[in-house]
Amino acid sequence: MTTVARSLPKAAPRPLALRRPKRITGFWSWFTTVDHKKIGILYGATALLFFVVAGVEALLIRLQLAGPNGTVLTAAQYNTMFTMHGTTMVFLVGMPLAVAFGNYFIPLQIGARDVAFPRLNMFGYWVVLFGGLFIYSSFFLGGAPNGGWFGYTPLTSTPISGGALPGQGPNFWCVGIVLLGIGSTTSAINFIVTILNMRAPGMTLMRMPVFTWMMTVVAFLTVFAMPIITAAMIMVFFDRNYGTLFFVASKGGDPLLYQHLFWLFGHPEVYILILPGMGIVSEVLPVFSRKPLFGYSVVIFSGIAIGFMGWGVWAHHMFATGLGPVAISAFGLSTMLIAIPTGVKIFNWLGTVYGGAVRLTTAMLFSLGFIAMFTLGGLSGVLHSIVPADTQQTDTYFVVAHFHYVLFGGLVFGIFSGFYYWWPKIFGRMLNETIGKWNFWIMLVGFNLTFFPMHILGLTGMPRRTYRYPSGYGWDTMNMLETIGAFIIALGTLIFLVNLIFSLRRGQVAGNDPWDGRSLEWSIPSPPPAYNFAEIPVVEARDDWWHRKYTEDSEGRLVRLPSGGADDQADTASEPAGEAVGASVATATATDVALRDTSGATPAPVDDHTDGHGIHLPSPSYYPLVLAAGLPCLGYAAVFREIWWVVPGLVFLLFGMFAWGLEPSVDEEG
Amino acid sequence: MTPRRSRGRRLVLVAVAALALVLAACSGVKNNGQNSLEPKGPQSQKIYDLFVPILIIAIVVGILVVSATVIIAIKFRYKKGKNENPKQVHGNTRLEIGWTVLPALLLAIIAVPTVATIFDLAQNPGPQALQVNVEGKQWWWQFSYPDAKVVTADEMIIPTGRDVYLHLRACDGTSETPTTCNVIHSFWVPELAGKKDVVPGQANTLTINADKPGTYLGQCAEYCGLSHANMRFRVIAKSPADFQEWLSQQQQGPVNQLTEANGDPAGPTQKLIVNTFQCTNCHVFDDSSKAAYGPNLTHLASRTTFASGSYPLTRDNLVKWVRNAPSMIPMSSQDCRLPPGDGICVGMPSFIENTPPGQQSMTQQQAEDIADFLLEQK
Repeated sequence: MTTVARSLPKAAPRPLALRRPKRITGFWSWFTTVDHKKIGILYGATALLFFVVAGVEALLIRLQLAGPNGTVLTAAQYNTMFTMHGTTMVFLVGMPLAVAFGNYFIPLQIGARDVAFPRLNMFGYWVVLFGGLFIYSSFFLGGAPNGGWFGYTPLTSTPISGGALPGQGPNFWCVGIVLLGIGSTTSAINFIVTILNMRAPGMTLMRMPVFTWMMTVVAFLTVFAMPIITAAMIMVFFDRNYGTLFFVASKGGDPLLYQHLFWLFGHPEVYILILPGMGIVSEVLPVFSRKPLFGYSVVIFSGIAIGFMGWGVWAHHMFATGLGPVAISAFGLSTMLIAIPTGVKIFNWLGTVYGGAVRLTTAMLFSLGFIAMFTLGGLSGVLHSIVPADTQQTDTYFVVAHFHYVLFGGLVFGIFSGFYYWWPKIFGRMLNETIGKWNFWIMLVGFNLTFFPMHILGLTGMPRRTYRYPSGYGWDTMNMLETIGAFIIALGTLIFLVNLIFSLRRGQVAGNDPWDGRSLEWSIPSPPPAYNFAEIPVVEARDDWWHRKYTEDSEGRLVRLPSGGADDQADTASEPAGEAVGASVATATATDVALRDTSGATPAPVDDHTDGHGIHLPSPSYYPLVLAAGLPCLGYAAVFREIWWVVPGLVFLLFGMFAWGLEPSVDEEG
Repeated sequence: MTPRRSRGRRLVLVAVAALALVLAACSGVKNNGQNSLEPKGPQSQKIYDLFVPILIIAIVVGILVVSATVIIAIKFRYKKGKNENPKQVHGNTRLEIGWTVLPALLLAIIAVPTVATIFDLAQNPGPQALQVNVEGKQWWWQFSYPDAKVVTADEMIIPTGRDVYLHLRACDGTSETPTTCNVIHSFWVPELAGKKDVVPGQANTLTINADKPGTYLGQCAEYCGLSHANMRFRVIAKSPADFQEWLSQQQQGPVNQLTEANGDPAGPTQKLIVNTFQCTNCHVFDDSSKAAYGPNLTHLASRTTFASGSYPLTRDNLVKWVRNAPSMIPMSSQDCRLPPGDGICVGMPSFIENTPPGQQSMTQQQAEDIADFLLEQK
């Protein structure tokens, strides 16, 4: 039987077109896949790779600053390192990691078989990968970016002959960020359309898991923020290379225009980075407390409120630029306001854990760590809204401390929590909990040792982005502690990577629902089949999967339903998950499974009578790769101003575009 | 029970150790001259007085939330035999309203003095204030006293007890019609005031005031390229009488003339400066009222430091600097041709490495002669 419902007219023979790829397994399938889960894994692996690279850059920075007048790096190398560390962590680690989890779990959480635009999804991945490689190729091709991840003009926009900033770095940086912006915009559009249109029956917006909700907010922020940075990058590029005068004060331009553009992007970007972490935490805490999220709707609306208010605080990055007392008062107040929904979230998380049956798994520990560390980062953020005090703190290590508490203690801890929580679903094997706990505690200690002293360094006068500091300022001991802390973080990361590899090779088999989860992804096998849901589930409640397993008595106590839908709970029973910690719960589950198996009254979400045949899935395609390959070629054309690069660029682009357009989403012959 | 109690004790121990570490670290940075927690003037004092109470509130809130997280996690930890099916609480409207309103009130209380201080610090100190123009360059600071017609670099001398109104500029020319502009820098003397950026095309101002005579360290706080880290400076506050004495000394001509009346170098060292190494392309040696591409050196020897306040003004340092400045502070002057503007030339070139064709290498003796000449220019 043909796999398309509506039979398409037979396309004319296409001499240029590539033979449609058939493989959906094996090495080469990763190049042509359109499966949101595989693409999610690609994003995750790529982001982890860049995480290691950015970590190495951070270690070099810390080695250089371990003592006064460091000589590990030259000034030029140091400036490159902090620029690339920031750029990498924001664009190539933070955003792709969120997209990785979003890609994998949004369709699973809303009960869909794929995202709305599977090939666009793959295109977005290739663009992000090529964008990252493009920026990093600058190390070999004329100098890496050295203007800071914020790239202020006129430092970056002054023509190279002006000598303000030597090398090709800023050119690579501008073009690279435009490329990465294309990638993130496509995935954001994909998420929005998927979430709005492809939810399973009964999955109303207010029944959606919080992670998917937060990714919705993130996707909207991305769609609106990326055009701004793209415009800014193009303006910088033209000022630097083609003599435009956007930021040239002596010709009537305005350098501050760039800062407005950059932070109008840059502040929503902060929420693009942190909201996915908040979403993960909001998934993990209820599962391991065996309680629903406290104030679900309040948490959702706080997230949306943060998303909106995030557009009204950008100038708090510019309190020292001389905007005038009225403007900075307004932005100081809006910055204070955004603390309110953030605080509400923290209290709701604590309310979730309060009174629960708390299992301190690694995922849970990282989520609790998130709450504690993010709170500290939030509080130092409130201190920045005290504008006069901010003029002492901005561009010092106090700010470095602040945003690492938010982005490392927040985002990275949230992402690590997500890894420990979702890894069993993705690969069907558990991460080792003993190693996991070492990972958490080492990271927590290393993190605080690295970043807490920075508060004091900043307040006592140490500026950011300085490749050396003189001795005699009393900063030496703290800097040494920070460097030691950085290596402890590196050890924690190494342990994490070991855990990943260990799990892939001989991790405990997870079963469908190792954590006794709440959302739909736990109702299907681990790893999920290509089609996700053999039968699209009909959703009847928030935490639908949970409510298929449990109900509440009149006093609100949890009561296990006499029967459940999980089809192969035997896995869980025979191999208790999460080692000692989860063991008792898993045993309890096993007992109940026995009960359930005997009655079998509740409808199972997975139809036992199907193995996925007859479900039409989009077919693999070469064209996302072909189309994406054109973009870095055009990027090199722009950077080197060599016109011949345009030829391969346009060939890839046009061929990819037209062939993609003519290719049906599902292979007719397949 | 015992393991739990010992765990609690361990936590307390860790907290105490952390606190001790913080305190030890803090005591190390006392009197470093660049400490925003040790205000030495009314402006920085106002910021400090606003900041510290709010900092204490933040620390208390932080300790409460972190402790709550730890305590809740331990208290409700699931143990074998306990009920693993807790009461299902979905939310509580009163609590939600409570923890929305409470922070809002707290922030409202914080907001009032914040806004008041913003407007207070933005006030023009009036005509009795000393006016100083501050120019940020890659990578040094120029200070000029327009009323006294004195231009200096690296060290700003101010009188105690008097407001000093700084006009922060990144461009030559007037603020309405700027000509050549530098990149953005940020002027920061933590013990006297918060920072204010020096933005091309923008007429930013900042008021500072030092209570007592002393040296207050400053640093460029906005990343401005290669040697941003080395772009330091110092503000030296003198008693009003000493300040006047310094100002009138600066207004005098140089100790050693650079050129004769006809424009020829006045001696062999002067010839090195003017002709051989063309130092005069960038520097002024004989007129303290003139600004140039590089620091005005007419009264160099009256300063305590040079090279953006990075090095004490000693003969050894100066000799080394004159010959090979980029070995002491990284400069973007590898392809530097003279005069500046021809080739990429930001900062001082080396006269012994990568010297452009036609440019002779500077001997140690020549450097010593030039340094000795400069050190006489009190």
